[in-house]
Amino acid sequence: MSRIAARFKELQKRGGKAFIPYIMAGDPSLEKTREHLQILEECGADIVELGVPFSDPLADGPTIQAAADRAIKAGVNLPSVLAFVKEIRSEIHIPIILMTYYNPIFKHGDEAFFREAKEAGVDGVIIPDMTVEESGEFLPFARKHGIDTIFLAAPTSGTGRLKKVAKVSTGFIYYVSITGITGAQLVLTETTKNSIDTLKKSSGGKPVALGFGVSTPEEAAQAAALADGVIVGSAIVKQYTQGNMQDFREYIKALREAIK
Amino acid sequence: MKKGHFGEYGGQYVPETLMPALIELEKAYNTAKRDKNFQAGFRSLCEHYIGRPTPLYFAKRLTEHLGGAKIYLKREDLAHTGSHKINNSLGQALLAKQMGKTRLIAETGAGQHGVATATGAALLGLSCVIYMGSVDMKRQALNVFRMRLLGAEVREVKIGSRTLKDAINEALRDWTTNVGNTHYVLGTVFGPHPFPEIVRDFQSIIGREARKQIMKAEGRLPDYLIACVGGGSNSMGLFHDFLKEENIKMTGVEAGGKGIESGRHASRFAGGSIGVFQGTKSYLLQSDVGNVLETYSVSAGLDYASVGPEHAFMRDLGRIEYTYAIDDEALAAFETLSRLEGIIPALESSHAVAHCIKLAPTLPKDSIIVVNLSGRGDKDVQEVARIKGIEL
Repeated sequence: MSRIAARFKELQKRGGKAFIPYIMAGDPSLEKTREHLQILEECGADIVELGVPFSDPLADGPTIQAAADRAIKAGVNLPSVLAFVKEIRSEIHIPIILMTYYNPIFKHGDEAFFREAKEAGVDGVIIPDMTVEESGEFLPFARKHGIDTIFLAAPTSGTGRLKKVAKVSTGFIYYVSITGITGAQLVLTETTKNSIDTLKKSSGGKPVALGFGVSTPEEAAQAAALADGVIVGSAIVKQYTQGNMQDFREYIKALREAIK
Repeated sequence: MKKGHFGEYGGQYVPETLMPALIELEKAYNTAKRDKNFQAGFRSLCEHYIGRPTPLYFAKRLTEHLGGAKIYLKREDLAHTGSHKINNSLGQALLAKQMGKTRLIAETGAGQHGVATATGAALLGLSCVIYMGSVDMKRQALNVFRMRLLGAEVREVKIGSRTLKDAINEALRDWTTNVGNTHYVLGTVFGPHPFPEIVRDFQSIIGREARKQIMKAEGRLPDYLIACVGGGSNSMGLFHDFLKEENIKMTGVEAGGKGIESGRHASRFAGGSIGVFQGTKSYLLQSDVGNVLETYSVSAGLDYASVGPEHAFMRDLGRIEYTYAIDDEALAAFETLSRLEGIIPALESSHAVAHCIKLAPTLPKDSIIVVNLSGRGDKDVQEVARIKGIEL
């Protein structure tokens, strides 16, 4: 069992929900990212989603676009993020998921990427512009090296597509809460609940985490009531960008408290 | 070949939120292709609204000046709104209406596709938002005003390189958010399947007309076809009907900007490598870690980091050759055609004319070249004056 799956299993056993914060690697520097990761782990994050900067992040709203720009300016890219994870792996113990657009992986080479990711201690990948349809070529490498592949399911996905997404996802399934881009306003509806049910039923109970648009501890609590885990991205990036690490710590603690 | 792919190129690399919309679009398009009413409606608009067929004009003075092959110009500049873009925009607007969408969005570089889409929206009573980079809004100010006159909202894109690629990112983000009531009128043979196929099909009328017209004028098919390649819609539109004619040589002309060695260009085939960008796999100008590079061209419509996947496939097959013309060559061609033929070409099309000027003198006098004059240059006169240091 992967470390991600094990974490969800453990949470399920004690009736908890996963808190999955997102931060951008190298925003504004890798030293800062190291500090952010330490705070996240200390404040009780279950899994961390580490963004890899890309020049054209078309699924992301302005907050994460700006974070990617800062990271690119700092010279951070997929190879340097892999080296970074390898370096900090002895001090950060929670599972790490890389969130990256496909082109940096493609350019690096599918097989080399998954091999090096494993060596670095990466646990999973989320690729927002990778569809089930195009995943045939790289999935075997992910499986070979034991990296979880977390696909996105959306409110627009019909039952048929939800099943497809559930099938190829390992570790957990990422349910995009809104029809939109990261950082937009959260809306939880009957569709949210039904889609999560479909994903779970059709996958033999794979965990489902909900993300996009979760910003306040109140929203995180609402999302946690529907899913096995909650992903918070843009709002966290906004918090650490303001610079006060004590405030950042308090905010993360509040989110952790809310997600149960 | 795998559905939606051209050899190893093409595909659907988009957020899951958009996949159902792409599947819906593919179904609607396949139905429309077989729907006699839809096709008759499109044909009627082509004839009575766009003004098709556009002429195939023998450029006598340019031919004499160059002293080689006979040069014919396919006059897409005479199509309504001033370029070939209207063929696709109107086709997709009809399709959107049929699908029950009430809102059109589009990206634009030179502004021609934005104007064409705003026109289609006005004609069919749909609301319309056009995304345009701030750099392009400045160099194509006239087209910005035209779009607004037509009732479209033009949204300035201030992120990234502030050109066409960033406008596409924003249009994709809008589509992801408003996919329920909105159709994204992608303007070129690019993006996720089924766009490269749909745009090619609507544009292939250019080549079908040219075939009939050259047969009437010369009693035979041409030896060479030349067109400029940004995303690649006017070139694919001209070339597609001739792909099976093995004796016809086809050349796509990319934007060489300040020259390949300067790094300031948009020649994907000369300076790029295979990548995945904005929904499709094709040639891409990218860094060694897979970030998309900024491009440069005097022509906003060719200033783009990637190229249609079918072009990449045709290039690998050796069926279409690709070359480039630099800014200075395009600007010289812009003036040459204006003075010799009384036709002011778009700066995009000037790249095709520039290659023709190089090629024609090397060919025998009985050979025939067809150049796609994809758009008219009225939109560019201010920018050319600025480059020449002339105050208007």
